[in-house]
Amino acid sequence: MEATKLRRVDFVFRPDNTSIDVLRKTLKRDADDIILELIDSGLKGRGGAGFLTGLKWKLAKEAAGDIKYVICNADEGEPGTFKDREILDRVPRRVLTGMAICAHTIGAKEGFIYLRAEYKFLAHKLKAVMAEMNEEFKKLGLDFSVSLRYGSGAYVCGEETALIDSMEGRRGEPRNKPPFPVTAGYLNKPTVVNNVETFVNCCIIANIGADEYKKFGTDNSRGFKLFSVSGDCSKEGVFELELGMTLADFVEEFGDGDTKAVQVGGASGFCVPRKKFKDTIIGFEGIPTGGSMKIFNSTRSMYNVLHNYLEFFEEESCGQCTPCRVGCQQLIKGIEAVKRKEKPAGYLDELVKLAKVMKVASKCGLGQSVGNAFVSIVENFREEIVY
Amino acid sequence: MEKMINLTINNLPVTVEEGTTILQAARQLNIRIPTLCNHEDLCVAGNCRVCVVEQVGMRTLQASCATPVRENMQILTNSMQVRQARKTIIELLLSEHNADCTKCYKNGKCELQDLANEYRTGNQVYIDLVPLKHYTIDQSSPSILKDDSKCIRCQRCVRTCAELQAVSALSAAYKGSEMKISSFYERPMHEVVCTNCGQCINRCPTGALIEKNYIDEVWDAIYNPTKHVVVQTAPAVRVALGEELGFEPGARVTGKLVAALRRLGFDSVLDTDFTADLTIMEEGTELLTRLKKVLVDGDKNTALPMFTSCSPGWIKFIEHTFPELLPNLSTCKSPQQMFGALAKTWYAQKKGINPKDMVSVSIMPCTAKKFEATRPEMRDSGYQDVDYVLTTRELAIMIKQAGIEFMKLEDEDYDSFMGESTGAAVIFGATGGVMEAALRTAYEIVTGREVPFTNLNITPVRGMEGVREATIKVENVKPEWSFLEGAEVKVAVAHGLANAKQLMTAIRDGKAQYHFVEIMACPGGCLGGGGQPIPTSPAIRQKRAEAIYAEDEGLPIRKSHENPEIVQIYREFLSEPLGHRSHELLHTHYKPRKRY
Ligand SMILES: Cc1cc2nc3c(=O)[nH]c(=O)nc-3n(C[C@H](O)[C@H](O)[C@H](O)COP(=O)(O)O)c2cc1C
Ligand code: SF4
Ligand code: SF4
Ligand code: SF4
Ligand code: SF4
Ligand code: FES
Repeated sequence: MEATKLRRVDFVFRPDNTSIDVLRKTLKRDADDIILELIDSGLKGRGGAGFLTGLKWKLAKEAAGDIKYVICNADEGEPGTFKDREILDRVPRRVLTGMAICAHTIGAKEGFIYLRAEYKFLAHKLKAVMAEMNEEFKKLGLDFSVSLRYGSGAYVCGEETALIDSMEGRRGEPRNKPPFPVTAGYLNKPTVVNNVETFVNCCIIANIGADEYKKFGTDNSRGFKLFSVSGDCSKEGVFELELGMTLADFVEEFGDGDTKAVQVGGASGFCVPRKKFKDTIIGFEGIPTGGSMKIFNSTRSMYNVLHNYLEFFEEESCGQCTPCRVGCQQLIKGIEAVKRKEKPAGYLDELVKLAKVMKVASKCGLGQSVGNAFVSIVENFREEIVY
Repeated sequence: MEKMINLTINNLPVTVEEGTTILQAARQLNIRIPTLCNHEDLCVAGNCRVCVVEQVGMRTLQASCATPVRENMQILTNSMQVRQARKTIIELLLSEHNADCTKCYKNGKCELQDLANEYRTGNQVYIDLVPLKHYTIDQSSPSILKDDSKCIRCQRCVRTCAELQAVSALSAAYKGSEMKISSFYERPMHEVVCTNCGQCINRCPTGALIEKNYIDEVWDAIYNPTKHVVVQTAPAVRVALGEELGFEPGARVTGKLVAALRRLGFDSVLDTDFTADLTIMEEGTELLTRLKKVLVDGDKNTALPMFTSCSPGWIKFIEHTFPELLPNLSTCKSPQQMFGALAKTWYAQKKGINPKDMVSVSIMPCTAKKFEATRPEMRDSGYQDVDYVLTTRELAIMIKQAGIEFMKLEDEDYDSFMGESTGAAVIFGATGGVMEAALRTAYEIVTGREVPFTNLNITPVRGMEGVREATIKVENVKPEWSFLEGAEVKVAVAHGLANAKQLMTAIRDGKAQYHFVEIMACPGGCLGGGGQPIPTSPAIRQKRAEAIYAEDEGLPIRKSHENPEIVQIYREFLSEPLGHRSHELLHTHYKPRKRY
């Protein structure tokens, strides 16, 4: 697989004075046509799981029922991710335009932005923009309006079915899938849940067309993406980059010269050690990321890094399923015991086996991804964990 | 016709209806997949994960209880990956679990223990998390003991309480490692809306929710030579006890039950059926009196429809949830409490026993009756009317402890008096039974004729439908009931508190009109009570119901008012239904309770 060169682009945050025009133009198009173009563009969800957005919309459109919903997932709870906040703050109209295009495509009349509890400070401005855009939709003859819902501070509520549960007033616990939200989502109606950035990308594709969009990225990872860069870096913040660069290029640009490892994709992502930077492509052919890029230099103890992530998961697991609830506790207690020499170093192998069971047997993406950080850190930095 | 789906499980082909789960499909092939959170009566949770299977081509394992079959699926239920995952999951559960089986009430009757046994999880690899937890044991309720250290968080109890009972006294609280099953703001169980119905106990796979047991107290009373121990047995016990002692569901073991109680050493072996018949006399008369007050006297203070009051889970539910409908509740005590009040008065008198020296024990299919016995309203004999309430399960334990070979016992009869029973009393154990028994008697009081149903079987009020209705036309009445001539008496029956709630809401909002309504807190009525043998399922409850109706048909007397002991007690002691003594001993009033 050919990697791209690191290239900064500027689509998402361009001054936004075109959204309404894009919407006007798109509303005239046939739903199937929009879906075809979206599939052709190769856009995959920017929330982490990377499902083909066009396909998701297609399934929701084809799902039986008159009442359908569009939900924008702005729960942004992945440690080290802060790009959705930036989008909602700077270009909220693009998000709402993306949602409106989706509504037009699948036949939804109502939409929601599910906003992370900690982002309430954005609400005031967001509500004003929503009111204005809801008016615009009406003017354009689109029977669709968007309202705001707040998260309750649980990371797991970013998982789409837990998010829906929480919107319905229940305890946010991931549901069994199938059925998927596209057939039975909010109030059991077909529902599209997309990440904030995904909706913006839909808006951009509607504007520039799939052919132009496809010029960016690789076969498996089309387009560009926002990266939230943090840790021991030369510059930190949100950067828009073409997808498909190697981690080596990335570290060259953002590292502080002493980079030992990069955690790609937040707590639920993978830890890549220096020796693998060259061969690691950031994208779906390599290591995908919802945006979080955390850089560690040689002063960092990887034991502490891992311990932090495990603490996070132990607390943020919804607690309903066995592998995740108990597995997280065992992993954290396990590395503590190894560190204190209460368990032999070989116990780490037992824990790696456990992490692999969690990966295949947990109910939702949270429990399934705990093993990513665990296995990649333990396998690459075993000495730091033991001694 | 449903669409049919073809798949293979462990390379064996199977064709099942669309919508079937992998778990159900495997059962058709006689392949058992272990489960913990799954329960036939409840919605799918998919949280314990012990039922995971491999679907060829999928990255993750699938929870077989929660995954519908799809065309051409290839499922492996016993691959290396599945086995390893399943064993790991069981070990994880155990690492959080206070597994002191030999000291546990559920020892030998525990689904977790069975699984641990099956997978021989002897040498634990994982760290014991129990010492790091702050598990609590809640013993506050007289009916239910909640021990968090035994809980595997399968949420069967949560789903039971919400879906079947619409009470939601229990819910999942906190997250991550702190996640637990909690009552409202962690208040003790006796302070929350819990109705003590015990349905959660019936479905808890472990020892986390069990009945408060009074086995030792009852043994102590039996061994105490100065005490005369009276025991009464509820109608539904005789069609379920067998399940604990080697019989198939649906076995009728009335005679063996009596014989076993004698061998245990109870001094008088009596039958709650007697006071079930008495309830019919009192409640039937109350209904007719209410009808007369409303229809003839135009009395605005008399509430209709009248609700039955024999189910103490239902009583606590209405106190909390529909206090405005309390005036509709019959003032009759439950048969257990009528029995208790009479045991320490009439029975004691006739037998020349000082009620102070009498210990009154009841064997019930029910955990709510444990609570009921402790109510302040239930001391009309001058003592606590019923001292100890044992569930069907506790009685089975005593029988085993005593070394009685239950299956080989010869049938025996109840002592007389307060031991005579009719078919009408027996059917109290099934949903619709009180209604049927009441109609058999009331109709005959009013018309002088038997109810117009073949063989006295009032089939419209039978069955397992959640809410059932019937209308009975009353014609050619006796002169003193002329106001009922041509009347259509509308009745309704509901079982399970979720169904009760639905019916009560309709009644409260004026959307449904009835004269008489029977409510049983438990699914299926008492035969599905919270003190009955575990497991429970629709099929098991159906078998017990069939046994109840068979018992009814097999009895020579099937109408309460024809029970000779009932005739006798009115002649000798109570004079007439709703008379002065009845009011003193057999009736009571309940007060509203707060939701929180
Ligand atoms: C534990 C967990 C947390 C998640 N948190 C988020 C989140 O904060 N924001 C988000 O967009 N997606 C999150 N997701 C992914 C969503 O479930 C869902 O896949 C996504 O919103 C779909 O949108 P997309 O296809 O546009 O990426 C999370 C998933 C899991 C398992
Ligand atoms: S994997 Fe974790 S977060 Fe997901 S359902 Fe299971 S316990 Fe909850
Ligand atoms: S709940 Fe089951 S496994 Fe746990 S101690 Fe009791 S019998 Fe043993
Ligand atoms: S006893 Fe009944 S009401 Fe109480 S918690 Fe259990 S199911 Fe709910
Ligand atoms: S109390 Fe019993 S039924 Fe409820 S979650 Fe715990 S183990 Fe399951
Ligand atoms: S029985 Fe299937 S997940 Fe629990």
